[in-house]
Amino acid sequence: MKALFRLAFKSLINRKVTSLLCLFSITLSVLLFLSIEKVRKGAREGFMNTIGQTDLLVGAKGSPLQLLLYTVFHLGQAVNNIRYSSFETIKKNPMVDWAVPISLGDSYKGHRVVATNTDFFKHYRFRGDQGLSFAMGKMGIEVFDVVLGASVAKKFQFKLNDKIVVSHGLGDIGGGNTHAKTPFRIVGILNQTQTPVDQSVYITLEGMEAIHVGWENGMAPSDETQIDYTKVDLKPKQITSFFLRCESRIMLLRLRYQINQFPDEPLMASVPALALQELWATMSVMENVLFLVSVMVLLVGMLGVVIALYSSLEQRRREMAILRSIGMSVGQMFFLLVLESFFLTLLGAILGLLGVYALLYFMGPIFESYFSVMLEITKPSLEEWTFLLLVVGMGVLFAIIPAFAAYKKSLADGLTVKS
Amino acid sequence: MDLIAKNLVFAYDKNPVLKIALLEIKAHSKVFVYGPSGCGKSTLLNLCAGVLAINSGELKLLNTEMSLLSSTSRDRFRAQNLGLIFQQFNLLPYLSVMENIMLPSILKKLDGTEKNRLEHRAHDLIKRLGLETFLKRSVMDLSLGQQQRVAQARALLMSPKMIIADEPTSSLDEKNTSEFMNLLLEEWQVSPFTLLFVSHDQRLKKYFDVHLNLEELNEAKV
Repeated sequence: MKALFRLAFKSLINRKVTSLLCLFSITLSVLLFLSIEKVRKGAREGFMNTIGQTDLLVGAKGSPLQLLLYTVFHLGQAVNNIRYSSFETIKKNPMVDWAVPISLGDSYKGHRVVATNTDFFKHYRFRGDQGLSFAMGKMGIEVFDVVLGASVAKKFQFKLNDKIVVSHGLGDIGGGNTHAKTPFRIVGILNQTQTPVDQSVYITLEGMEAIHVGWENGMAPSDETQIDYTKVDLKPKQITSFFLRCESRIMLLRLRYQINQFPDEPLMASVPALALQELWATMSVMENVLFLVSVMVLLVGMLGVVIALYSSLEQRRREMAILRSIGMSVGQMFFLLVLESFFLTLLGAILGLLGVYALLYFMGPIFESYFSVMLEITKPSLEEWTFLLLVVGMGVLFAIIPAFAAYKKSLADGLTVKS
Repeated sequence: MDLIAKNLVFAYDKNPVLKIALLEIKAHSKVFVYGPSGCGKSTLLNLCAGVLAINSGELKLLNTEMSLLSSTSRDRFRAQNLGLIFQQFNLLPYLSVMENIMLPSILKKLDGTEKNRLEHRAHDLIKRLGLETFLKRSVMDLSLGQQQRVAQARALLMSPKMIIADEPTSSLDEKNTSEFMNLLLEEWQVSPFTLLFVSHDQRLKKYFDVHLNLEELNEAKV
């Protein structure tokens, strides 16, 4: 048996070029399949883990999906704001562990300005239980302090203590609609999170109030207006929405009910995980297409093995005749061919797997910074092991076709190859 | 009798290509089988080697009725009792001379002493065939004459009771041919075997004690 293995191996090495090409094709298709799967999973995971530990998102009545989009992804706008007093009331509810308000509406060169308080940096969680951390500086406390997301800081190459001027509204309208008179000082820069946090600019709720003093009619105050911000009441009156965590999950439904029935104004509480799932489902077509593509890639690779085996049969007729002459049965020859395919696919699968890790190691960080998809280097999952096993199994199964052809040919040839 | 064929018929399809009423070959005979191409020589060899199976009649080799064996049993029979040499391309190019000679042993479960004995025998054969210097070399480095001698050594390795050779000298020049024949007959002297030797080279007749004209023997109209 061992000798038979050695023979198969030597025969394979003898046909270096074909074998290597074959191996290359399998390796490449396994590599592609695993990488595409990694990206697919990474994208989903990244998406699903955009926000963690938050039990409820609370905003004005409307669609839960929309609430998720503007609160978590900073996409689109809230139809209505909610009163700050409502937030304060709910925060005092004994069922609430913590609540973090945010107020949206302004932007900095295409990046959302998010007004919030220091609780945001304390409680915001993504990818399970990962919290925000500062690459530089600290949380903003003063009225005109600003903290930048990692991507924003990188894009504009900001340092601490640089000043920025935010625009009124979301478009980069320029002209008079900037809060030119109220520049913000950069006090902190966050570390990369691969979430929308990276793309945002964080000011204080008071700062948000301050830059809008005198804007009551929707227009920038005239240049002559001088405002002493120490004397103005900067207590926020309105916010867009807030994140909330329950004391215990058991209370979640009751709390949600209470918020939805809030007497002072119409409010809506939604479970972010559910909304995320709903949103992802709408994008699942893309995911399925991606999966289909990777399956196709794999099939093409396996087809390569069959073709290579097939085309090698002709040049191996003499080899078969010799092996037959020393008493090898057609069954053993069949086995030899299947073994060869097994060798190739097994090696291809292993090389493909190693290739994925090499790719993750060298290209992962680049991919991460360009597409914000986190590709972690983890041990192969059960699913991946199953897949690799399946590839090898398919290699063996597919080899049966050319092996059967060889069997027939060998029966016809006998010991004398008629060429 | 090492070979008895009675009313043997073989056909690939409807028309028989080989039909032998009676053929008997004594043990340790050296048989020269000749005849024009297409007279059924290859078919006879394939039947004797057990690669093909007869359609009707009897074919008894070394007291074993071949028509009663399954194809795998015939393969096993071949591995145990026969040594085969072809016209050319007898060797696997990716194996060394030694590995080529030892090739029949890969199908056997051998214990240490048996393996040692076979290796010993291989070395012995190599020495007698004058191939010592090529032991570890690739068979691609050998001349045709040397290649045929390696094939001979392989056929002899398991000390078979019967050697079947299919025009083993047809691609060799006169000097190599006589060398090949002499070595083969020397081996026969040492430990006799039944030799079925197919050739159309009438000059070789002198080496054999039975001459078999297959064209006359074969009753099938081809």
